[in-house]
Amino acid sequence: MPANHQTAVPADERSIAQPARRHPVIHKLVRSWQLYVFMALPFLYLVIFKYYPMYGAQIAFKDYSVVKGIAGSDWVGWKHFIRFVNSYDFMRILKNTLLLSFYNLAAGFPFPILLALSLNYLREGLYKKGIQMVTYAPHFISIVVMVGIVKELLDPRTGLINKVLQAFGFQAINFLGDASMFKSIYVWSDVWQHVGFNCIIFIAALAGIDPAQHEAAVVDGASKLRRMWHIDLPGIMPIAIILLILNTGQMLDVGFEKVLLLQNPINLTASEVIDTYVYKVGLSASVANYSYSTAIGLFKSIINLILLLIVNKAAQKTNQASLW
Amino acid sequence: MNTSFRNESWQDRTFTIVNYVLVTLLFLSVLYPLVYVVSASFSDSSAVISGEVWLWPVRPTLEGYIAVFQYSQVWTGLKNSFIYTVLGTLVNIVLTIAAAYPLSRKDFFGRNLFMILFIFTTMFTGGLIPTYLVVKDLGMLNTVWSMIIPSAITVWNVIIARTYFQMTIPDEMLEAAQIDGCSDFKFVWQIVIRLSGPIIAVITLYYAAANWNQYFNAMIYLKDQSLYPLQLVLKDILISNDMDNTMFGGDPQDAARREAMRVLLKYSLIVVASVPLLILYPFVQKYFVKGVMIGSLKG
Repeated sequence: MPANHQTAVPADERSIAQPARRHPVIHKLVRSWQLYVFMALPFLYLVIFKYYPMYGAQIAFKDYSVVKGIAGSDWVGWKHFIRFVNSYDFMRILKNTLLLSFYNLAAGFPFPILLALSLNYLREGLYKKGIQMVTYAPHFISIVVMVGIVKELLDPRTGLINKVLQAFGFQAINFLGDASMFKSIYVWSDVWQHVGFNCIIFIAALAGIDPAQHEAAVVDGASKLRRMWHIDLPGIMPIAIILLILNTGQMLDVGFEKVLLLQNPINLTASEVIDTYVYKVGLSASVANYSYSTAIGLFKSIINLILLLIVNKAAQKTNQASLW
Repeated sequence: MNTSFRNESWQDRTFTIVNYVLVTLLFLSVLYPLVYVVSASFSDSSAVISGEVWLWPVRPTLEGYIAVFQYSQVWTGLKNSFIYTVLGTLVNIVLTIAAAYPLSRKDFFGRNLFMILFIFTTMFTGGLIPTYLVVKDLGMLNTVWSMIIPSAITVWNVIIARTYFQMTIPDEMLEAAQIDGCSDFKFVWQIVIRLSGPIIAVITLYYAAANWNQYFNAMIYLKDQSLYPLQLVLKDILISNDMDNTMFGGDPQDAARREAMRVLLKYSLIVVASVPLLILYPFVQKYFVKGVMIGSLKG
């Protein structure tokens, strides 16, 4: 907005403190100055650690060299993207990423809803509290410890699961050494860890349903199952759809910190996903390739953003709920 | 909604029974692995690897825990993790409130712009390498700061806190304070923070858990073993199976016992690593629903 209003004000009048006469924008800025002081550090953080890396992502289109820096490196266009799409690993990694994501969403999404619906019909008391307490707790176990537990329990020689299998006369199975098992191990250990915590949001939504609806339904002779279906489920639908949109927007961000820890050379054909590949190409390879790794990461971010926009649009069309 | 069981129709009774059975099954399947891990950690090492442990500790000992605490790397890791978690969470809380409060004020000029700047970072990121390069160029690699500054703010928590402020701090209170000549700094310090106990408890837990459980940043930013947080030490032991064999001492012939001790040590370590957060958790559990509910409201 042009600030030439001020020039119209005579000089002597400007010298007197008359906020109302100042340009409205400047006036607002001055009046909120303390709030800007609050915002200063968080803003600086965003600029340095979030927005500057977005500027730095241009090295995906360059051959980054440490000497020349981000701005000084030579442009190479789409070279790294083309190399990735044409690479031998591309289809396999993309397939793994998508399959793992879909599987995780398909298995991970309904369970918290079911648990919330179910808890909603338990009598208030110690038992219900105990269930909530215990099922929320695994959420706070670290990824490293979680994978450690999985590895111990599934160990081919000393693990509990194999001891049980052997007790029933089956052969011991090397679960983590079997590529075809990888996705199930990943997904179901995730369900185990997060089902309780993820149901909290639905419990909150259920608590927000007007009890009068239930009372009216009871008077009409509706059974609990029908009430669950016709009152509770529609009641939590909006929040469920928002969560689904958010999850879809991160379709390609499978929990790669966990995938990385569960990986081993034997299950790699099923467990290599985009993010672990980015890490390996960019940081853990003996000859790190910053530009190539960044290009792969950027490819992923852009697809995520597009997915988010598409799903949100679709949700708007169905008039259920949307992010904005 | 809760008519007594006896007065229910047969459909509702069946429903209630089936519901209790299913939820109990789920409860047990979450509980059992936890119980097993704890029991195994207190059992005799040979009992653990031979599969004698099912539910309760067998021939209880503290061998595993003694081995854990004789492992000097574990102590270093615990100490570092403690420092990173306390310092990091402090920075997290201060910056999150500093960001959330202005965003909660309707008269904050530029509020929508700042909000968009925050939200956009949750939808699009520069990626691993560009972020790494920033940390590197700032000279933070292999320092304590790399564990604290790059993860200083989580946008989600800012939004939760902002929504809470909007809901609980009435505009009239601010107006009254302003008429009395109270500055924004004073208002936040003396009123906002005092009224925001529950939300501060919830975001403290979220941040503390994230800081305590963080391993990836440590893995890419730290080189010195003396700076390793507990999670990285755990990763070497639990995941890479990379342990100092000499610490189990004794007869080098006794390979079976050593193997058993390695397994026992892992179980004990899992418990030791998880206990600090699980102690914190019951105190804030009652705020959870509140915190999550606020997070789910769109503002």
